[in-house]
Amino acid sequence: MSTVTQAAGRPARAGEPSVTRHTPRPGRRGRGLSDRIWGGFSHLFLLVWTVMVVYPLLWVVMSSLKDDRQIIEQPLSLIPHGLHWENFARAWGKGHIGAFFLNTVLVLAGSVTLTMLLGSMAAYVLARYEFRGNRPIYYMFLAGLTLPIYLAAVPLFKGVYNTGVVVPPLGPNKHVMLILVYVAWSLSFTVFFMHSFFRTLPTSIAEAAFVDGASHAKVFFNVMLPMARPGLISIGIFNVLGQWNQWYLPTLLMQSVSGEPKHQVIAQGLIELSVNQGYRSDWSGLFAGVTMAMLPVLAVYIVFQRQVQAGLTAGIGK
Amino acid sequence: MRHGVARFVTGFLALPVALYLFYVVWPFAQAAGYSLTDWGGYSDTQNFVGLDNYVRLFKDELVRKAFWHNVFFLVTLPLITITLALFLAFLLNVGGRGNRAGVRGVFGSALYKVIFFFPITLSLVVIAIMWQQVYRSDDQGLINGVLMKIGLVDRDNPIAFTADPEPFLGVPAVLWWLLLIAVWSGVGFYMVLFSAAMQSIPKDIYEAALLDGASRVHTFFRVTLPLLRDTVAVAWVYLGFIALDMYALVFVMTPSQGGPNHASEIFASVINFTAFQKGQFGYACAMAVALAIFTMVLAALQLRITRRDRIEL
Repeated sequence: MSTVTQAAGRPARAGEPSVTRHTPRPGRRGRGLSDRIWGGFSHLFLLVWTVMVVYPLLWVVMSSLKDDRQIIEQPLSLIPHGLHWENFARAWGKGHIGAFFLNTVLVLAGSVTLTMLLGSMAAYVLARYEFRGNRPIYYMFLAGLTLPIYLAAVPLFKGVYNTGVVVPPLGPNKHVMLILVYVAWSLSFTVFFMHSFFRTLPTSIAEAAFVDGASHAKVFFNVMLPMARPGLISIGIFNVLGQWNQWYLPTLLMQSVSGEPKHQVIAQGLIELSVNQGYRSDWSGLFAGVTMAMLPVLAVYIVFQRQVQAGLTAGIGK
Repeated sequence: MRHGVARFVTGFLALPVALYLFYVVWPFAQAAGYSLTDWGGYSDTQNFVGLDNYVRLFKDELVRKAFWHNVFFLVTLPLITITLALFLAFLLNVGGRGNRAGVRGVFGSALYKVIFFFPITLSLVVIAIMWQQVYRSDDQGLINGVLMKIGLVDRDNPIAFTADPEPFLGVPAVLWWLLLIAVWSGVGFYMVLFSAAMQSIPKDIYEAALLDGASRVHTFFRVTLPLLRDTVAVAWVYLGFIALDMYALVFVMTPSQGGPNHASEIFASVINFTAFQKGQFGYACAMAVALAIFTMVLAALQLRITRRDRIEL
């Protein structure tokens, strides 16, 4: 039989950590039993963790469909009495979740794009060109990774406030300002990450392009950026998640200075909703708000889970 | 040509560096300046006090407490998260049946990976609000409610969770409860990370180990773990950064943001408390500068330790 050739001829597929088929092994029978024990043991632990992850999430989602009375009387039940979609309507409208969403999407659309563009431009130049000041600039970006954001709070707010007096769109409570601040604060990690990525890319293709007379900028946009695609996807996902999660900067900067309504983003809005909760105690509304903040991201993740997992882990695990 | 390069480099760097200088470096530089003054934050008066704030730092009981709490997270969070993630990744990858195709992933391992990854996609705020409900100290809380139902917890004496300053193993209980949340939200990501790394290990290594009659546990400790060294090291660095930034959890979950009675203070919460509640902005800046230096030293150390030659696979 050609089991050996068959096995050898079959290219090992990724994601299948198996040894070659039909390898004769000593103690085959004993292994069968130990396999079963291992299998059971594995599933037991994996299931326990699955429950730990899924149960709280499911509970929040289900509670968002209960009415307040049921939340108080049967807080633990996972089955709502009737589907109270009005909780969502209330949270979306009166709880302003709808407005939070719109603000977040507006800000992220600008900030993530700009972060990726500016971050990879800076990283590319720092990784591929020798010039005076290269190391200091690189370390300046790197240092930002370790600096506590709280330290900058008051000077940052003052700076933003003063800029706003001169250039209104750059003042507090403005989307453009928040976009620029997000970009600035995301540059550290983006530059750090893309720097090491550009370093690992082969130089030969870029050199060939130079020989063909391509300009530096052209080589970057037409050759290097496409080659850096896996890295860009990873850092893009990172930035989307990171900026979506950002709550400290918006809490600080999206304040209303002259009494106009605040343009809160989702994380900031939810925090304020939960902190104010003590006075109004609209529990079902809060659950609905959290559900709305959580489900879209979860849905996007489930659809793109392969890319998200591969992107995030390839970036770090390399 | 040279001229072209200079123009290109400047053109590409100008905007990112300008933004970074204005929104990140300049506020920090100002804060470092304030740390040498007694500025309160709102008044116009500020006097230069030299290094007084820094001297005071070392005598401050609250700062010392916060420092040790930070150290607590710095040690426990990576340790527990990585151990648990490695364990789950191991179960996923080698816990399956070996009789047909050697050692392989358990049935449904792809589904497990999808589910375990869920918490990564949730914002910290969502996680905090959710756990606030899980941790509620009446029968409406998920944990207290279940435990009361089965009679393990007395109705009049519920678990206080993040409102519990009593020490457990020498550390206030509230910190352990916060740690649980951080671990819960982090494990899935590192499990997927380790799992991917495990799958990139060539199969013939396992084959050889199995031929030699090595058990699974043996194989894990002698083959898998050494080859995962780099990945684990990187995970450690990342978790270190996360451990220093537990502020969102402290902010949302603990009474008076660092309470009860300062039992859950970490550096960040003390800085905010000092600056915005006590109105000692200069002093708060000194704390933050100290924290920044501490973090940088730590990061440099970690980078130095983890930078080794990679095993080429």
